[in-house]
Amino acid sequence: MRMVMTGNYASAYGAKLARAEVIAAYPITPQTSIVEKLAEFVATGELKAKFIPVESEHSAMAACIAAQTAGARTYTATSSHGLTLMHEVLMWASGARLPIVMTNVSRAMAPPWSVWVDHMDSIAQRDTGWLQFFCQSNQEVLDTIIMAYKVCESSGVMLPAMIIEDAFILSHTSEPVDVPEQQLVDSFLPAYSPDLKIEVGKARGFGSLVKPDQYMEFRYKAMLAMKEAHDRILRVEQEFKHVFGREHGGLLERYRCENAETVLVTAGSVAATAKDVVDALRANGQRVGLARIRAFRPFPHDEIRSLASKLEGIAVLDRSYTFGAAGAMFTEVKASVYSCQKRPVMKNYIAGLGGRDITPKILERIFEDIQVIAKRGAEDEVEWVDVAGLPRRWR
Amino acid sequence: MTKSYQEIPLTPISDTPSTVNITGLWRVMMPVVDREKCKKCTICWKFCPDVAVKLVGGVPEIDYQYCKGCGICAAECPSKCIVMVKEGEQ
Repeated sequence: MRMVMTGNYASAYGAKLARAEVIAAYPITPQTSIVEKLAEFVATGELKAKFIPVESEHSAMAACIAAQTAGARTYTATSSHGLTLMHEVLMWASGARLPIVMTNVSRAMAPPWSVWVDHMDSIAQRDTGWLQFFCQSNQEVLDTIIMAYKVCESSGVMLPAMIIEDAFILSHTSEPVDVPEQQLVDSFLPAYSPDLKIEVGKARGFGSLVKPDQYMEFRYKAMLAMKEAHDRILRVEQEFKHVFGREHGGLLERYRCENAETVLVTAGSVAATAKDVVDALRANGQRVGLARIRAFRPFPHDEIRSLASKLEGIAVLDRSYTFGAAGAMFTEVKASVYSCQKRPVMKNYIAGLGGRDITPKILERIFEDIQVIAKRGAEDEVEWVDVAGLPRRWR
Repeated sequence: MTKSYQEIPLTPISDTPSTVNITGLWRVMMPVVDREKCKKCTICWKFCPDVAVKLVGGVPEIDYQYCKGCGICAAECPSKCIVMVKEGEQ
């Protein structure tokens, strides 16, 4: 059924259709309407689940960890400071190999206090061992939640996943969303039944101490699982397409990249704006394309490499900044490209922090810039875009 | 003995309780119970974080194999029948 809904409601419907059995959450702007909607589903009996209101995000994740260890499919949602408060237990969830699925409504970190979009919160959790999916549309949010459970619960993976939707641009903006039939989702996503869980009458400790002689083997297994997740994401999306007739581009969505000379790499909702800009520039005869990072973890290194070897220039637009280094996506893309025989010129653009608009005009100027420097070589590897006080004008 | 990564579960699971770890050796101060003064309130038994207080006829008996000597029982005892004594000086 097609409905008009916000990204937050798309998240709530995704968790409902996936039949999450335990939902533990703490409210935070701009996430709150996700768990409010889920609380309503549970209260009206539309969703048969246990809803646990907790006193902090750290507790929300701890409750999900406990419930998932007992064999329940769990879901939670958070944003910015809530996500970073969870940091310790995010590590626990992945180390305990619990396929929890969570929405993070990506929002800037304070101070300066902000409730608007950027990716700093999500990027700061990249080493927690969670799969990370950046979404471009509300439909993709709903679909990715359902797919994420299937990817994460497969025995070769057993890792948690974070579904990232941009604050307000997706979370509070209504779009048409196809809400699939419950029966169809049930046929795609079987009930969660882990090999190992807490069993009544069988005393066992989970996540116990291991000495230096055994620690690395557990981390090695998690590494293999993340590698396996790469192929799983592709396979599950093909199955999803077969059942629901939609797909979202695997780990790296390539938009009009065929015979492109320069490509913009980015993630999240700005990719939708960038697609329009690519269309306009293509109509003008410019050979440009867009590569959208859908999965940041596992990172699509192979996909980037095969794309980059045919390009002259790559612009990477980061909606966050890693202080003392560069944009995190730029760093990753550059690492992928290093092993290419012929390396394109690369430049990092930092834009849209704290919810500042990234307009089509700005994206046009980025394409203009990267096409020029692809011919002459990059001068400034990292450029902050649209900052008052800097000489370059972007608007 | 280190097990290969293929032999181990996804996350470490312990089938044996932590009783294999004799924590009594950590103790610097040890609780000593004056059985005559005890009012059998069982507060020490309730408060011990390590289940190292056993009740024998309602009166506490410290399990020195596991008692780490934290002193919570002595601090909580309303009749002051538990005192902390330096290990080796009792």
